Amino acid sequence: MSRHAKGYARKQMKRCKYLYIIMILPLLYYIVFHYVPLYGVVVAFKDYNIVKGILKSPWVGLKYFQKFVSEPYFWKVVRNTFLMSLYNILWGFPVPIILAVLLNEVTRKRFKKVIQSITYLPHFISTVVVCGMLVNLLSTDGLINQVIKGLGGTAKQFLMYPQYFRTIYVASSIWQSAGWTSIIYLAALTGIDQEVLDAATIDGANRIQRIWNVTIPAITPVISTMLIMNLGKMMNLGYEKVLLLYNGSTYETADIISTYVYRRGILGNSFSYATAVGLFQSVIGVVLLLIANAVSKKLSETSLW
Amino acid sequence: MLKTRKANGVFDIVNTIILVLVGFITLYPMWYILIVSLSSAQHINAGDISFWPRGFNISAYKIVFANDKIWRSYANTLLYTVSGTIINVLMTTMCAYPLSRKDFYGRKPLTMIITLTMFVSGGMIPLYLVIMKLHLLNTMWAIVLPPAISTYNMIVMRTSFESIPISLTESAYLDGANDIQIMQKIIMPLSKPILATMTLFYAVSHWNSFFPAMLYLNDQDKYPVQVLMRDIVIAGDMTSDSGDVASNINILATNYKYAVIIISIIPILLVYPLLQKHFTKGVMVGAVKG
Repeated sequence: MSRHAKGYARKQMKRCKYLYIIMILPLLYYIVFHYVPLYGVVVAFKDYNIVKGILKSPWVGLKYFQKFVSEPYFWKVVRNTFLMSLYNILWGFPVPIILAVLLNEVTRKRFKKVIQSITYLPHFISTVVVCGMLVNLLSTDGLINQVIKGLGGTAKQFLMYPQYFRTIYVASSIWQSAGWTSIIYLAALTGIDQEVLDAATIDGANRIQRIWNVTIPAITPVISTMLIMNLGKMMNLGYEKVLLLYNGSTYETADIISTYVYRRGILGNSFSYATAVGLFQSVIGVVLLLIANAVSKKLSETSLW
Repeated sequence: MLKTRKANGVFDIVNTIILVLVGFITLYPMWYILIVSLSSAQHINAGDISFWPRGFNISAYKIVFANDKIWRSYANTLLYTVSGTIINVLMTTMCAYPLSRKDFYGRKPLTMIITLTMFVSGGMIPLYLVIMKLHLLNTMWAIVLPPAISTYNMIVMRTSFESIPISLTESAYLDGANDIQIMQKIIMPLSKPILATMTLFYAVSHWNSFFPAMLYLNDQDKYPVQVLMRDIVIAGDMTSDSGDVASNINILATNYKYAVIIISIIPILLVYPLLQKHFTKGVMVGAVKG
């Protein structure tokens, strides 16, 4: 750097002195709670010992990575993570779109508003409450089993069977988020030119034809961006709900990477092992996100950054 | 023409039915919890409650309200929510304002360093180790400090600050004000709507937060409502009130659990009209790029 450039930098920094003062605490925050943990990922390559600390714990290279990739249970957890995400997208992705399109067709403003208010509400209900309701509604004397018994079936403790876990997870996720996510599509729908819709009507299109040929194509860019982003975020599956709903008898389908990391790391005190597994998840997550972003850039020229 | 009109009528009817059904499916589980919490033990056992409380009964609420543990956890949640939200709003503003200034030297690299944290993180264990090393385990700071700034919210706020005309800042400079004064006296008063949105946004996330408390707190006395609720409603731990529940023939564990769920949703329902107004705007502002 030349002397001239140095002088310029100093002058600029002096001019922004107060802005730096304002930013000291936020920057400190990002260093302590984001960058130090990022550095802390090195414990995945060490034999971490609480007494010795990160710096003095001995390096062990890829020991823990070799350990988990050779465990069949680890691959089961990876598979569960992907499957749960995949089903979540497969069933959960279309619902807000359909909801938005149907809401958009409503002509009575008040009715539309009421349905919107109702469907947004679950977004604000805490995970613990949602799971609390699920546990109770699905228990042997809960609402669902009462309906089943009423129809002549036999009651089942649904949360004890691995084959129902994903269904419960996905269905409750739809309940929680479909209304809220529909806001994005509703916003896109308001951008449709009314003249195009009128023209379609004059040409004799009925409502369903109009939805199919005008409305849906108009919001396809938003739909594809959302889909790609959802696929990119596949690894960041909401684990709090799993943690609250699963139990020993459903691990087979319910245990995902994050819950496994929690059990092994925090409850089992295998910090290095759990960090290695977490790092595996992060790396796959970042790669998926980069792919998603690249695809999205190509298709619609919208990107995350 | 007549035929299309008739078809439209059918479409409207079907559409209305579907949407009413969607509304019903959304509301009914919560409604059911409420009416069961207010019904008598006999009717719950008989399983004949469907749309209204039967054998109206508020004993469960009396027991819940008489429970010190629940009050304490409420006080804890209030403490974490209020102090956490104040920290959030202050820190987010202090981070967003300098970054909103196009003439801020170092704006680009700092923005990059900060937004990068949205995509890469050390994960659960390294953060836990940091909090342990700072001796924050089992203190409220472990709950309120790690989420001090949501980068996403910070970007929303920065975008909002950017829309304030630069001429205001410049004239304040001419009057001899420095950047700290400008932020306090000009930018923040002009940004009340976004500050209100952020306050709500953060407050709800603190109110509903459960995992950090479960992860970092050991002391039952420090538990927020969400963790206590998990113990009572999901794990079925009724140690604190089992005596009262068992000795009262009018109620069942179900009443009690459902009443606990209801009293934890009520605060959210009370602020819901506000939430809806501000949040829908927030979602749209958030559609902007980092």
